[in-house]
Amino acid sequence: MHEGSSALALVLGGDPALYAIVALSLVVSVSATLLAAVVGLPLGALLALVRFPGRTFIVVIVNAFMGLPPVVVGLAVYLLLSRSGPLGTLGLLFTPKAMVIAQALLVMPILAALTRQTIEDLWAEYRDELTAMRIGPLGRVMTLLWDARFSLTTTMLAGFGRAAAEVGTVMIVGGNIDGLTRTMTTAIALETSKGDLPLALGLGFILIVLIVLVNAAAWGVRRAGEIRAG
Amino acid sequence: MRPPVSDLPLVFDGVSALARDVTLVRGVSLQVDAGAPTVLVGPNGAGKSTLIRLAMGLVAPTSGRITWGGRAETDGQRRAMVFQRPVMLRRSVAGNIGYALHAGGIARAARRERVADLLAQAGLAHLAGRPARRLSGGEQQRLALARALARDPEVLFLDEPTASLDPAATKAVEDILRAIAQSGVKLVMATHDLGQARRLAGEIVFMLRGSVREQSGAERFFTAPATPEGAAFIRGDLVI
Repeated sequence: MHEGSSALALVLGGDPALYAIVALSLVVSVSATLLAAVVGLPLGALLALVRFPGRTFIVVIVNAFMGLPPVVVGLAVYLLLSRSGPLGTLGLLFTPKAMVIAQALLVMPILAALTRQTIEDLWAEYRDELTAMRIGPLGRVMTLLWDARFSLTTTMLAGFGRAAAEVGTVMIVGGNIDGLTRTMTTAIALETSKGDLPLALGLGFILIVLIVLVNAAAWGVRRAGEIRAG
Repeated sequence: MRPPVSDLPLVFDGVSALARDVTLVRGVSLQVDAGAPTVLVGPNGAGKSTLIRLAMGLVAPTSGRITWGGRAETDGQRRAMVFQRPVMLRRSVAGNIGYALHAGGIARAARRERVADLLAQAGLAHLAGRPARRLSGGEQQRLALARALARDPEVLFLDEPTASLDPAATKAVEDILRAIAQSGVKLVMATHDLGQARRLAGEIVFMLRGSVREQSGAERFFTAPATPEGAAFIRGDLVI
């Protein structure tokens, strides 16, 4: 009970350190989701529309990677970015950029797999019409992605949720450095282990509120769009 | 400016199509020339829709040859099709036509005026901003017609365009079809509605069990059909 009231005081008190953590978490997760979307949405559309040797194998792998363990992704990115790794010279390890890359890798299969299913279903409906209109392959991808935009909003939210709630990856590649790479989830893990439950609770509360707010906003945008576009 | 090369006559030369070992059309030889609407009639399963889908490249022939104005390969830019249940893109009514214009390579500056013209032609100007998927069936079919016309087609294929519509909506669509035909666009339409065939056709192609049984002027077909099956179909008998 005491921890709860202390947590509320922290949240309402406008502690700059706390809000810096919140801001960094949002920037990292939103950036990672957008980065993953740049690759995942076209990849999903490609897998839905193009038949090529090995396609089934890739679809199975992408679907399986939706459940990638975050710590494994974190470890892989750590090895890539570490000083002795192939991308070590970039000096990205223990920076927010490394966290974005790691989270994007985690989110990308989710976006690609869900996009593939969405686009495949829509293509079954649109195939004859777009073929009769002589729409080329790129035009088909763009048309289907646009017309599936409301469903893909939900897909993006699923990706954002995965990124925002994730702790293992960012802990490994970010290092949980105070003031630099500490996010809400890593801070919650750290403060809980230190016994500072009010801060952990406060951050947990903010994290949940943020996820609800982002989902509510996206739902509102989706509904408004559906009403306008049918 | 050189006139565009015509896609007519459309010639089917011994064309067959199979799907999963089922024969859809068998050895069809047929020539479709410019002029009054050609209407494909026949009972369900006769192969009317398949013939149209073959012409549009939606189905590949398993044997035989299709030529357009004597050419086997064309870019197909001057053909359009309207389906029985057209797909409305998730855009406004005007957006659906704008999409077709964009796909047809019409410059952005010219689109607005063209969209307005086509909407007026389809009687949908007052619904320009409405989501296309919220239109009634008849309005959607008129929008599909306007969208097809956006490609400035020489040949317009229609697959049972009024099969799902009530009489008032059917009349509205038929009125537009007459205007389109009078503007010089060749209509090739599949229907199992003999009344509609009488109202619109200049030429009838009677199909049965995947093959063409008769091709003649509409008046002649309805007054003096050349085959017993054609006569039975006109009488309203079940033709199997």
